[in-house]
Amino acid sequence: MSNSHTGGTATMPLAGADRTRSRASSHHEHAAPLWGNTDVPFFTRGSIVVTALALMGVAMIMVRLFFGLGAVTNLDTQYPWGIWIAIDVATGVALAAGGFTTAFIAHILNHERFHPVVRPALLTAMLGYTFVALGVVMDLGRFYNIWHVLVPSMWQGNSALFEVGMCVCIYLTVLYIEFLPIVCERFIGRVNLPGVLARLNGAVDGLLRFLDRTLGKVMNFFIIMGVVLSCAHQSSLGTLMALAPTKLHPLWHTSILPLQFLLSAFAVGLSMAIFEGMIASRSFRRPPEMNVLSPLGRIIPFLLTIYFAAKVIDLVGRDAYVYLFEFTGRSVMYWIEIVGGVVLPWAILLSHRMRRRPAWLFAASAMVVFGVALNRLNVFIIGYTPVYPDHRYVPAITEIMLTVGMIALLVLVYRAWVYLFPILPAEEKGAHHA
Amino acid sequence: MVSRRDFLKITGTAATTAAAGLVSVDAALGADHGKHLDPDRVGVLTDLTICIGCRRCEWACAEQNGLPHGDLSQCDDASVFEHMRRPDAESFTVVILYDATAGTENSKFVKVQCMHCEDPACVSACIVGALEKDPRGPVTYDAWECIGCRYCMVACPFQIPAYEYHNKLTPKVMKCTLCFERTMEEGRRPACVDMCPPEALVYGKRSELLEIARNRIRNDPGRYHNHIYGEHEVGGTSWLMIGDRPIEEMDLPVLPEQAPPVITETIQHGIFKGFTGPVMLFGLLSVLMKSAGDRRKEKEDDHV
Repeated sequence: MSNSHTGGTATMPLAGADRTRSRASSHHEHAAPLWGNTDVPFFTRGSIVVTALALMGVAMIMVRLFFGLGAVTNLDTQYPWGIWIAIDVATGVALAAGGFTTAFIAHILNHERFHPVVRPALLTAMLGYTFVALGVVMDLGRFYNIWHVLVPSMWQGNSALFEVGMCVCIYLTVLYIEFLPIVCERFIGRVNLPGVLARLNGAVDGLLRFLDRTLGKVMNFFIIMGVVLSCAHQSSLGTLMALAPTKLHPLWHTSILPLQFLLSAFAVGLSMAIFEGMIASRSFRRPPEMNVLSPLGRIIPFLLTIYFAAKVIDLVGRDAYVYLFEFTGRSVMYWIEIVGGVVLPWAILLSHRMRRRPAWLFAASAMVVFGVALNRLNVFIIGYTPVYPDHRYVPAITEIMLTVGMIALLVLVYRAWVYLFPILPAEEKGAHHA
Repeated sequence: MVSRRDFLKITGTAATTAAAGLVSVDAALGADHGKHLDPDRVGVLTDLTICIGCRRCEWACAEQNGLPHGDLSQCDDASVFEHMRRPDAESFTVVILYDATAGTENSKFVKVQCMHCEDPACVSACIVGALEKDPRGPVTYDAWECIGCRYCMVACPFQIPAYEYHNKLTPKVMKCTLCFERTMEEGRRPACVDMCPPEALVYGKRSELLEIARNRIRNDPGRYHNHIYGEHEVGGTSWLMIGDRPIEEMDLPVLPEQAPPVITETIQHGIFKGFTGPVMLFGLLSVLMKSAGDRRKEKEDDHV
């Protein structure tokens, strides 16, 4: 079972003739659009609910744009940042880390067995970052000035937020470029434009072939860039709150906050790949890809160990561990974050037997996702105390509606994309004998 | 077909191009933690033992900055002291009564406004440089550059910048600018200083204000608590305060001497200055990718 040369590798057209094909599209035989390849209709009971929530999200975007921040948020002088920053942006970036972590393992370390998770993770990252950008725009008071970040005369290199903004901008572009070969693969030889545009079929096809060839030559550069940019802004996101030493609770405020953000991104990236992979399998009534996901789960405990060490050594080193035993709301949140989000999934994933069980693998990866999401919430909201607090920040119902709506919209677009593009592994008839 | 040599060449060329672009970003990096400041920079000294809580400064400030205000007589309304007030989107400065039980006699008031830090966290936070520390003292704000991220508000250790949340399209960060035009361009004193009836506020060079503060404390140790608030707090502030008791008894935040930007800018520049970190990571990943590819190739060749 654990032999990597079973199953997938046999059908992998890697050696020999196919070597002339570009790296970027050399594994396409493994993925196929769901359209016409599944019995599951696009609109099921579940996806209709998601669609309704997504429509609510779109409506909320309009409300925010027309009525302004004051009307739809509970933000004020004491609490300038709410859940749109903590969840839509900070958590969104962390949970989109599957893109660069799987690319690192599959493309840079060249572990072929993990290729099936690369495309779903890439799609999650691409859509995730698109929605992070949208989330930022929603939160900006003068959203129409966002391009200022790209104007050299306004660059402010001392700002961690500038670093995050720049990296996210470039990385989003890189993600779209990384996705292009999938578009090429989908349409090369199948360009069929409607009406008069049909005359352009040949030209578009030629363009796609050219793109595919060119991208094949430079894709390694973009893959490496993607990892470098991710490491840079995942960590800088942690630097953000390091600037508020007197406001962020000592359980979380440390000068190694950027390192902790980066390490947790590593762990949560792979966990997200498992988490979403298993949800997709269930949604499309397929058996989970345990021969890929289970070995992926094996890596996570190592990453969690390093993250855990960075948290604990830091707490002890700063003598901040004393706050753990105050058992105030905040210390309880810290305990939940560490025990529920790190220690428990670590123990589960360390066990070879449990890792092989879909339910446990799913539970463990969901716990890591939950733990990192809670960490971001703790750092940006729960651990934050204004200088002169006279109330606690509780998100407005409209803030929650926008956040939920945007997540639903993301899920919906993801679903549409896997129907339209070769993202998910093609069903191998009778391949699931194990 | 892309050979390994080509791969390295392409990657190398692309990396060089990227690096060249990054050099210009690198120019934008440059922490100096107050080193660019003018030795003659100005500030204000608030002597809280003199303040009588007349709130004329609030009125003068609102008048100067075009903020909503009633007529002068409303300043005598003492009922505003019953609730905690903070500077907000409609007032850059407020006078608070920090010990309501003691009644409204002298020395129970604190005038609150932007402290104009020497190494301001808001300026370090600002993504586009809309907030700037003028070498001559004031921390200024340019609404036209601002994108409205409000990171300055998160960063400020005094909870000063406020936001026009209810302005739908053109909200601004609202805070005292040390009457920038009035002081820096017209050479006058800030409106609040000009107005203050008992002269609790002194405007001048920060170095001289420190001298004045030290002299007052030395000459009348019974009147003053021996601490100049803002001399060292968060790396020093242009606005200074002296009073008759420890700061923690006056509803002012007790702050470390290290400026917050020292923490984050040390991290940022440690990683990104000269782009050493990212470039090294890029190189390392390229080598990893190549060697992993080579190993795979060898394995495949063995199979053939």
